Amino acid sequence: MSDHILTLGGVQEEQPAHDAHATSTGISNEKLAMWVFLGSDCLLFGALISTYLLLRHRSTTGPEHLRVPKDVFDIPFTSVSSFVLLMSSLTMALAVGAIHRGDIRRCRAFLATTALLGATFIGGQVYEFTAFKREGLGFTTNLFGSAFYTLTGFHGAHVSIGIMFLLSLFVMSLRGNLGPDKAETVEIFGLYWHFVDIVWILIFTIVYLIP
Amino acid sequence: MAIVERPATPALQLPPGAAVAERPLGVFTRPTATTGWRSWLTTVDHKRIGIMYGAAALFFFFMGGVEALMIRVQLTAPDSKLYSADLYNQIFTMHGVTMIFLVVMPMGAAFMNYLMPLQIGARDVAFPRLNAFSFWTFLFGGIFLNTSWFLGGGANGGWFAYAPNTSVTFSPGHGMDFYALGLQITGIASLVGAINLIVTVLNMRAPGMTLMKMPVFTWMAFVTQLLLVFAIPVISVALVLLTLDRTFDANFFNTAAGADALLWEHLFWIFGHPEVYILILPAFGVVSEIIPVFSRKPIFGYPFMVFSGIAIGFMGWGVWAHHMFASGMGPISVAAFSMSTMFIAVPTGVKILNWLATMWGGRITFSTPMLFAIGLVTMFTIGGLSGVTHAVAPADTQQTDTYYIVAHFHYVIFGGALFAFLGGFYFWWPKVFGWILNDKVGKWQFWLTLIGFNLTFGPMHILGLQGMPRRQHSYKEGYGFELWNHVATVGAFIIALAFLVFAYNIIASWRAHKANPVNPGPDPWDSRSLEWMLPSPTPAHNFDEVPTVSHLDEFWHRKYAEDETGKVVRVATSEEAAQKGDATNVHLPSPSYWPLVLAAALPLIGYGLIFSPAFAVVGGITVLLAAYGWGLEPADDPEAHHAHAAHDEHDEHGDGDDGPGDDDGDDSPEPKDDDDGEVVAASVKESSDDE
Repeated sequence: MSDHILTLGGVQEEQPAHDAHATSTGISNEKLAMWVFLGSDCLLFGALISTYLLLRHRSTTGPEHLRVPKDVFDIPFTSVSSFVLLMSSLTMALAVGAIHRGDIRRCRAFLATTALLGATFIGGQVYEFTAFKREGLGFTTNLFGSAFYTLTGFHGAHVSIGIMFLLSLFVMSLRGNLGPDKAETVEIFGLYWHFVDIVWILIFTIVYLIP
Repeated sequence: MAIVERPATPALQLPPGAAVAERPLGVFTRPTATTGWRSWLTTVDHKRIGIMYGAAALFFFFMGGVEALMIRVQLTAPDSKLYSADLYNQIFTMHGVTMIFLVVMPMGAAFMNYLMPLQIGARDVAFPRLNAFSFWTFLFGGIFLNTSWFLGGGANGGWFAYAPNTSVTFSPGHGMDFYALGLQITGIASLVGAINLIVTVLNMRAPGMTLMKMPVFTWMAFVTQLLLVFAIPVISVALVLLTLDRTFDANFFNTAAGADALLWEHLFWIFGHPEVYILILPAFGVVSEIIPVFSRKPIFGYPFMVFSGIAIGFMGWGVWAHHMFASGMGPISVAAFSMSTMFIAVPTGVKILNWLATMWGGRITFSTPMLFAIGLVTMFTIGGLSGVTHAVAPADTQQTDTYYIVAHFHYVIFGGALFAFLGGFYFWWPKVFGWILNDKVGKWQFWLTLIGFNLTFGPMHILGLQGMPRRQHSYKEGYGFELWNHVATVGAFIIALAFLVFAYNIIASWRAHKANPVNPGPDPWDSRSLEWMLPSPTPAHNFDEVPTVSHLDEFWHRKYAEDETGKVVRVATSEEAAQKGDATNVHLPSPSYWPLVLAAALPLIGYGLIFSPAFAVVGGITVLLAAYGWGLEPADDPEAHHAHAAHDEHDEHGDGDDGPGDDDGDDSPEPKDDDDGEVVAASVKESSDDE
């Protein structure tokens, strides 16, 4: 492993020079594009969250006890799954740190952990959705149901796409295609992952905690 | 992008090892054609993509134009029974949707794609394959939207598609499903394109090209893309909610379940008002390029031009509810949006005054591009003034939903955006195609357009103030609507005639060029910005050598300087100042099939959501496979300035093995490692021509 890293170190040395003269801002195209995309995604979640806030207390159809969000939620359960998701940000940061140091093996392990934590969160979301469904709150039951499933579902889709990316990076590293020259790829993906987590902090607060 | 020194002929043969890497999923070999129809399908050249945007926009313009004529034919006389109310609804809805999303937006995209990289001295956009993806996604989205005509009828809820009026209850056909999904697809195209062009402007400028040395067109394109990046997600959410309501029985706009009918209006217009500036700002940019050239003066107040554009970009987000004065949203909202709408007239007014000041005292040449540019300045001013009357809320509640509004937005979108783009066609045509459009015929076209336009939309002010409502398929006799509707229809056919003249001009000028080829040279109008520094038509690699920029209007400053008395004198001819375009072995981004495949899968998902999940599954799997195929395909680093960067790239993808033995070869100039040969379709062609 050590000579492996040493070999790739040669490639790494070239990398900064390559980046520096390549762009007018000094930030690579890929990273800048990710920042712009995340800016755009803010508006996506902004629109979804506004819709939820507007509609959550307006349900007039479906069973009485399923019209008020706070009667439906299981806060302790969702708090745990939120914690799991936030911890995945920690492991993601560690993965970025590891690949910047050239420690491919650790990076791979942290990427796998991040994917696992993300998948645990999604598993929790699936469990939560089925539990609500069993209680009678379907997607079409009332306004709250439509707004809740759409908002959290959009976030879940973001996490799921992130997990697919993580697994792709993981497979790339197994095949030896994820050297320190790809540190920035991992870093850029990390931006996305942290963004999705930050959005969850907002959603958790707005949807679950604020009555 | 590197200038790669290497022999041309061996580069055409792929080394056996590289072939594996070029078929990431064993499906496609890397396309290499540079001519013929296949090269257009796989191209990633921003210029070709710009041309295709323009061609597609003109195609959809024909469709939207026919729809417009159909509307006018119906309304010529009272109590017309040509079409049913439902068909009329479909026609005017599809006319609006087509003209906004499939004509003016892509026409702006055509100019921005073609010109913006040239004006900042770049070889291509930041992500060439994404650029191709944007175009194909737009095209397939537009075609998808229009297939609704054959699959149960077009959208019929107006381009603004107010929900719950567009719910299944009130619009039971599939038209609104096509609307929601079709605009979703074109929205993806706009969003991806916007991210791409923003990164291009920020990152790919030539040395010395600071932000405040960028041409006004590039600036306006940049502001437009920023508006798109933040506006598109909002309409995407609205369209998703509509689709969920219509297809999956959600309740978002179900007022019976307690929903708020204002939700759609707010979401739509938060997108919809920035959209108005998305339509007009590229046109402002085009005019800001044309007027200085034909006035023989620099643009007046360049910083004011730039910052008023930025101000419009910001203030455009604070005026959306002036579309909703009649919705009953409350007096405080109405007052606030009334004020902000009056304020946004200020930066627009600054622009108009700056164009006038640019022309003031200039040696004006009234050739066709200039006529169209002046057409914008005058017609847009009329539209802008009637727009200010909407800002007065009490007046607006009288005007809203009448033909006065129709008159207003046609004066700003047709009289503004379309006039500018027509001028832009005449202005940049020689640069793009290497032959010039006939100026005399162009003048005929201009005057016919101007007369027809004013005859069509001028009377609509009167009709609107008389109280004729929009979106109604007929009107009764005796309200005094007959005369002006008659005039408007005559005007509409004069516009149609004007566009026939345009088509004739293109064909006749091309024939004239074929019979007697005369190259217009790099700089037929004695212009100012960098794209004129290149031969016409622009060579595939753009710049032989990336210019170093020291002035605003860099190219002009290379042709003119002050002598010792302070008088401006010509120091170089255009040909001397221009590049020759004969560089060989320039490393260009590789063509690719994946953008086309990925874009083609999106309408499948759309059809799947409307008709049968099977299509959606096929489409979804194709998207996934194409995304991975794309990701695994060796990307070209468009800003790699030296050969070995490209080698690094290939090494990573090519060997799939970073073992200890892999440290050599990266920098070695051995021909065996020279697998970017397949990459450089265009340059291979060029260099083999040369030798």
